[in-house]
Amino acid sequence: MTASHDTFSDKMADAAIRATPEPLAARVRGLSDRAIAWLFIAPTIVLLLAINIFPLFWAIYLSFTNFRANRPNAVVQNVGLGNYSRILNDPDIWASMQTTAHFVFWTIVLQTLIGFTLAYLIDRKFRGHAFWTTLILIPMMLSPAVVGNFWRFLYEPQIGLFAYAVSFVSGIPTSDIQMLGNVHLAPWAIIIVDTWMWTPYVMLICLAGLRSIPDYIYEAAEVDRASPWRQFWSITVPMALPFIMLAVLFRGIENFKMFDMVNLLTGGGPGSTTEVASIALKRDAFEAWATGRSSAFAIVLFVAVFGLANIYVKALNKVKQR
Amino acid sequence: MLKTLRPLLGAAVAFGAFAGTLAVPQAAKAEQLTLCWAAWDPANALVELSKDFTAKTKIDMKFEFVPWTSYADRFLNELNSHGKLCDLIIGDSQWVGGSAENGHYVKLNDFFAKEGIKMDDFVPATVVGYSEWPKNTPNYWALPAMGDVVGWTYRKDWFEKPELQKEFKAKYGWDLAAPKTYTQLKQIAEFFQKRQIDGKTVYGASIYTERGSEGITMGVTNVLYDWGFMYDNPKKPYEMQGYVNSPDAVKGLEFYKALYDCCTPPGASNVYMVESADAFKSGQVAMQMNFAFTWPGLYKDEKVGGNRIGFFPNPAEKYHFAQLGGQGISVVSYSDKKDAALQYIKWFAQPDVQQKWWQLGGFSCLKAVVDAPSFKTSQPYAPAFLESMAIVKDFWAEPSYAELLQAMQKRVHDYVIAGKGTAKEALDGLVKDWTEVFKDDGKI
Repeated sequence: MTASHDTFSDKMADAAIRATPEPLAARVRGLSDRAIAWLFIAPTIVLLLAINIFPLFWAIYLSFTNFRANRPNAVVQNVGLGNYSRILNDPDIWASMQTTAHFVFWTIVLQTLIGFTLAYLIDRKFRGHAFWTTLILIPMMLSPAVVGNFWRFLYEPQIGLFAYAVSFVSGIPTSDIQMLGNVHLAPWAIIIVDTWMWTPYVMLICLAGLRSIPDYIYEAAEVDRASPWRQFWSITVPMALPFIMLAVLFRGIENFKMFDMVNLLTGGGPGSTTEVASIALKRDAFEAWATGRSSAFAIVLFVAVFGLANIYVKALNKVKQR
Repeated sequence: MLKTLRPLLGAAVAFGAFAGTLAVPQAAKAEQLTLCWAAWDPANALVELSKDFTAKTKIDMKFEFVPWTSYADRFLNELNSHGKLCDLIIGDSQWVGGSAENGHYVKLNDFFAKEGIKMDDFVPATVVGYSEWPKNTPNYWALPAMGDVVGWTYRKDWFEKPELQKEFKAKYGWDLAAPKTYTQLKQIAEFFQKRQIDGKTVYGASIYTERGSEGITMGVTNVLYDWGFMYDNPKKPYEMQGYVNSPDAVKGLEFYKALYDCCTPPGASNVYMVESADAFKSGQVAMQMNFAFTWPGLYKDEKVGGNRIGFFPNPAEKYHFAQLGGQGISVVSYSDKKDAALQYIKWFAQPDVQQKWWQLGGFSCLKAVVDAPSFKTSQPYAPAFLESMAIVKDFWAEPSYAELLQAMQKRVHDYVIAGKGTAKEALDGLVKDWTEVFKDDGKI
């Protein structure tokens, strides 16, 4: 059977070779391994250039102009560093950066603490732990659009379950629990939703870290009579740290550009209380149509994220090398 | 023989298929127009109305309706990218400047002259608001299609409760009825706020507070105009200092915040047309600010419509104005079917079509319809609509209206809803923002 199959394959290969026009075959035969490798990756590179690199350079070019997408016929003028200077001196932009920093900081702190705690508990492998793992993972499997709308109803002061729950516990009337309309509570309302949705993701990465710690290390520690507390701080945390840092990196980058959840829950309001950088950018680019200025803003954000991520990755590598 | 014929047959089939792919869209092109508008009740009425156009001309109508929240984004993107999706567009009144200057709309002067369509036959405010650019010049870019204006609905059944009337009169010294001034409106709103009616807690008023698109601007301007806010010096265009942020305008803005703080339902920090109508329909509020287009639907509502609802125009204060809404219908200059699109406009401008438009739930702008003696009694909301259309004022319709609007959305929302700064600071900031926009435009 195999022999006859080989014979058939050989015949097919011969037929293909015969059918290949001679000049092309000669050319392919003449290519080096390196050239063939380039041939294979060329489509991907072209695609990347077209949809990633070209828009990036185009945005850099636009950031030095006064171009407005809603006025295609207007003369485009070079404004030099004018857009950058305007962005960096605009108090509203700095306010949106502060809002973003506040949001990123608290979501990371809460998600890391809760995520690691959950992972630590799940790692105990108690009865039914697989079921609980699946249950905990559900929020991150949902679409952000669904989650945003769903929580908007939960937060509704008159009919929302959240308001009822808080009212039941605290005795405050439901009509006074305005999570999305109150300037002090609205940022926390978003942090709660993001934490609810993405803590499972952090938990999953932490769980992978905890499960990668070999059992013999704990066995050796027990022989040395190290207490569970000591084992936790001297073995568990240091060995899971690269994973925790990775989770922080992923969530940090994601939350820096958070848009969907904020847009659905508050739209940046009340006032500009929850106007994170991505919302401010969207407004500038697609509502005010200041394309040149918003391109400069996008570049500033890109450089900030890229720079911070690089510093962080270097720190992560150092931790891994220890 | 067969061998010889096979390539020929193949070529013939291939050619046929190719020709077919070209011919089919061409045929469809000539007989189908796409009209773009917002997804709302009047759009459904227009679908119904347009069946007559199809019956008469054999031109099929296709509709592209987008929810209000993404209406401007979606269609301005379409126009800016010179898209061919829309042959006809019912664009917002504020788009006319940008669409005229950027060549998105076909100028209709010659067409109107040729077809005998006179702008004098339409309500003057709608011609200025929806059709003209530059304003108050005879340059027409749209036919007034859907008259709209901000007005108010109220719970007539609650207002007529004897025990409430008695209590109100004792407290404020005047009869509980549709308010004539904003001071009265606020008193009524305070009276109803958190009151128990039929075993349910109700609230004073629902007003526009939305941040994302144009909501709070469309709401607050009603109050600002009445207190004396002006966009610029009538004698010196684009001079805004002392007009936008005049002491009276500051008082007007303070009043809007006071109304929001005292008398709106909980969680009303992001309310626009749909949310406001919902608050009224669910029996939460005694009064509701909303565009007139919502009135037919609310009047038909089983729970709050009929005898339970009343309508009144924007109250007066020092002055008496109302924020203009509504749109004109334009031919998109990138359309390949401009002639057919113009044919639709010609049909739509006819008095009998306009009459039917009003009957179906659209708000006609044709004088022959709205000035007819029977108009006022044709619908319970007709008098309030007529009165409102006589006092309209609109937001900037400049090419940079989007930027002007966003600045106002931010400044006003920050003050009214988030309580940031003072009314004076908000309006001073607005003057600064708008000055920057007009400087960028080279207008000052």
